[in-house]
Amino acid sequence: MNQPNRLDEGSDWTFAKLESYHEKIKQVAQGYKLDTYPNQIEIITSEQMMDAYSSVGMPIGYSHWSYGKKFIQTQQGYHRGQMGLAYEIVINSNPCIAYLMEENSMTMQALVIAHACYGHNSFFKNNYLFTTWTDADSIIDYLVFAKKFISDCEEKHGIEAVESLIDSCHALMNLGVDRYKRPSKISMHDELLRQQEREDYLQSQVNDLWRTVPKTAQDDTLIKARFPTEPQENLLYFIEKNAPLLQPWQREVIRITRKISQYFYPQKQTQVMNEGWATFWHYTILNTLYDDGFVGDKFMLEFLHHHTNVVHQPAYNSPHYSGINPYALGFSMFIDIRRICEEPTEEDHHWFPEIAGSDWLETLHFACKNFKDESFISQYLSPHLMRQMKLFSVTDDSELNYILVDSIHNETGYRTIRENLAKQYNLSNLEPNVQVYDVQVDGDRSMTLRYYPHQSIPLGDSTEQMLKHLYRLWGFEVKLEQCEENGDIETLATCPKRS
Amino acid sequence: MAHFIDRRLNGKNKSAVNRQRFIRRNKAQIKKSVNDAITDRSVTDIDTGEQIVIPKRDLSEPFFHQGQGGLRERVHPGNDQFQRGDKIERPPSGQEGQDSGDGEASDSGEGNDEFSFEISRDEYLDLLFEDLELPNLEQKESSNIEENKVVRAGYSSVGLPNNINIIRSLRKSQARRIAMSGSKRRELRVLEQRLNELVALNSPNTSEIVQLQQDIEHLKQQIAKVPFIDDFDLQFNNYVSQPCPSSQAVMFCLMDVSGSMDQPTKDIAKRFYILLYLFLSRSYQKIEVVYIRHHTQAKEVDEQEFFYSQETGGTIVSSALKLMHSIQQSRYPAKQWNVYAAQASDGDNWADDTPLCHQLLSQSILPNMRYFSYIEITNRAHQSLWDAYHKLSEDQPQFAIKHIKEIADIYPVFRELFSKQHALKN
Repeated sequence: MNQPNRLDEGSDWTFAKLESYHEKIKQVAQGYKLDTYPNQIEIITSEQMMDAYSSVGMPIGYSHWSYGKKFIQTQQGYHRGQMGLAYEIVINSNPCIAYLMEENSMTMQALVIAHACYGHNSFFKNNYLFTTWTDADSIIDYLVFAKKFISDCEEKHGIEAVESLIDSCHALMNLGVDRYKRPSKISMHDELLRQQEREDYLQSQVNDLWRTVPKTAQDDTLIKARFPTEPQENLLYFIEKNAPLLQPWQREVIRITRKISQYFYPQKQTQVMNEGWATFWHYTILNTLYDDGFVGDKFMLEFLHHHTNVVHQPAYNSPHYSGINPYALGFSMFIDIRRICEEPTEEDHHWFPEIAGSDWLETLHFACKNFKDESFISQYLSPHLMRQMKLFSVTDDSELNYILVDSIHNETGYRTIRENLAKQYNLSNLEPNVQVYDVQVDGDRSMTLRYYPHQSIPLGDSTEQMLKHLYRLWGFEVKLEQCEENGDIETLATCPKRS
Repeated sequence: MAHFIDRRLNGKNKSAVNRQRFIRRNKAQIKKSVNDAITDRSVTDIDTGEQIVIPKRDLSEPFFHQGQGGLRERVHPGNDQFQRGDKIERPPSGQEGQDSGDGEASDSGEGNDEFSFEISRDEYLDLLFEDLELPNLEQKESSNIEENKVVRAGYSSVGLPNNINIIRSLRKSQARRIAMSGSKRRELRVLEQRLNELVALNSPNTSEIVQLQQDIEHLKQQIAKVPFIDDFDLQFNNYVSQPCPSSQAVMFCLMDVSGSMDQPTKDIAKRFYILLYLFLSRSYQKIEVVYIRHHTQAKEVDEQEFFYSQETGGTIVSSALKLMHSIQQSRYPAKQWNVYAAQASDGDNWADDTPLCHQLLSQSILPNMRYFSYIEITNRAHQSLWDAYHKLSEDQPQFAIKHIKEIADIYPVFRELFSKQHALKN
């Protein structure tokens, strides 16, 4: 049976075929109101894919040995057959750059186009974290600037100096992000006005009589104001702005790594959603193509084979188990939301009164725009899906010599499981909370950091090395304290070491 | 609208710089690994790279992360047996911790795994011979040199058709066409504009229009007559032949094969020769090796016989020196060849022969040599040969002697012989 509008199903791809598939996929995607940046699709070889891998997905990266290490690892893993390469890499930029590997078959290319160029792309454009925190229009230009700046620095100050600085910045990258939006900068004009107002006010308060009042001796017991007045969570920002000895170029390098870290921060927070969304859409789009007769069974079978591999979730006791597969969880959740909208059960009406029976497309777009992993799970994980995935929650308290199963997928357990799973994706629970607490501005300029343990989980063993990096950036003594929930303070380490 | 871009032809070695950075950073480690490898390396194997192993902890990129312990709640899929309140025995340590740090923790942990990777032959040699240089590497005077090579030398207006440089030729042709037709084109534009104006105004002045049309036609013909390409546009790639310094070297390997030299001693000597050969091969395109073995008589042999045939008898070193000198004079004139020699011995020599050796070396051999190194492989006290050579090495800069006791000494001794400081000192 040969249908007239059937796309060429041969497994080898050509540019003409890519165009025609892309055209169809685009039509379908627009039918589902997917709003995307323009696409720039680049075909690359596996070697180039390894290059892209080692620069952590940045299309242009500055030179650093750690990328070389990553490259050597990837290359060896690939050549020995220990690991495959991803079929695609997509970059949050405008236009959205997607890399396709030349080894892929036509079906794979279609899957990847639907997945990356319409799934991820629309997520980048619409999710609130990405729109608030990243600037897709300028990231490529910024990376070009960064590469140029750093190579200029290497010329001027020597590779050694730049490299060790970047080492330290990389070590602190996770703690170089702002987690809350700061107020937008007021303009210079406003700033001058305000300053003027303050001055006028002070002037109006001046009364010469006050000078005649004899001064009392200063109260030494007054608690000295700390600097910074509030603990600072963005260590790199704090160091960039306040480290006493840094040269301007060093501050700029710190700033570059900080910006890059901030650029990737939303991706860390939306792994499940991002992958789930993209997987949901390649699944939906290609199925629509099949339903409309553009592709046949042969195409679908190959596609489904890859798709099931991607969303496979091994059970906890399987030797392949390594945590929850974000593709599987995200995909199932979006499918489940659609089910709740289209065929709600009694239970769904009870749990999700607002979305049960609503328009699925609108609900999905709403979910894509306004959530991150943590809130997405606590909002939308349904009892139906928990039963389907047979989720159970365990508590591992190092004080006890056993692990406790505290909830399973039943009526009493649903809420706890949902809560715990959401917490599992809360970055502030996963990344240690280390903040700048105090700097001896008048004294020896030493910096004190505080670690606030989450559920009494201690810091890992990298602490001493980390302090060395902090010391290198700060230039004066650095001290790390642990602050227990009951307020006890314990010094963990200092650098340089106190005898 | 989507763009498809074929990037496959773009360079694939974007990471080459980063790889170099990695090697640079871990040079100390890699070098140690390279040095260790030279002792295990098979003798004929000089064309491959080397597997490098670095302890992983030296490569760590630390970051603040959570450690073991504390209270954790995890959700897992695929429950097949548990009920609420079940207590499970804690799995052996590590398993729970593994999936808590996003799987990255392994990099900063104390994992004693080793990170191994392969470096290429060139990288291997660079590392092996870093800081070493050939002593007395003066360029031979170019008048003595008989080799020439063809190099590019800009462009010329005469040449063979197969050397035409198309881009330059067309560039010149375009410049000429602009120069020759520019004023006419300008005139043409003026006339055309005038004509358009007249036509637009429906001017009754038909005679002027006809005149203009004729002029325009005339100008166009003139412009068309300027040839697209002319003889003097042509540019040719120019080549000249340049004398180049001789890049050939000959290496004489001299070895005592008398009864006192056993196989382990020969192996040590062999390693030394290999190092020397590898080292020379970095500087010279063509190297010939001459093997001369001797006991009481000297003989030129092939490699196999040189290293593996057993002889007995006494030792007369001067026989080998004489043979080497005559071979060098007849086949490898010093004007065209860079001559190197390495002699290995256990120090035995017939006592009366030693003064003769001294005389041969200082008068006829060394003046023709770039470098002559003598290594003595023995655990015993030095004998007369060493003393004589030692004296010689003090006044002859291109002569060096070293003492080797065991295999592990070879590489350090080699480095010492060829280190840059050593060359400077001389």
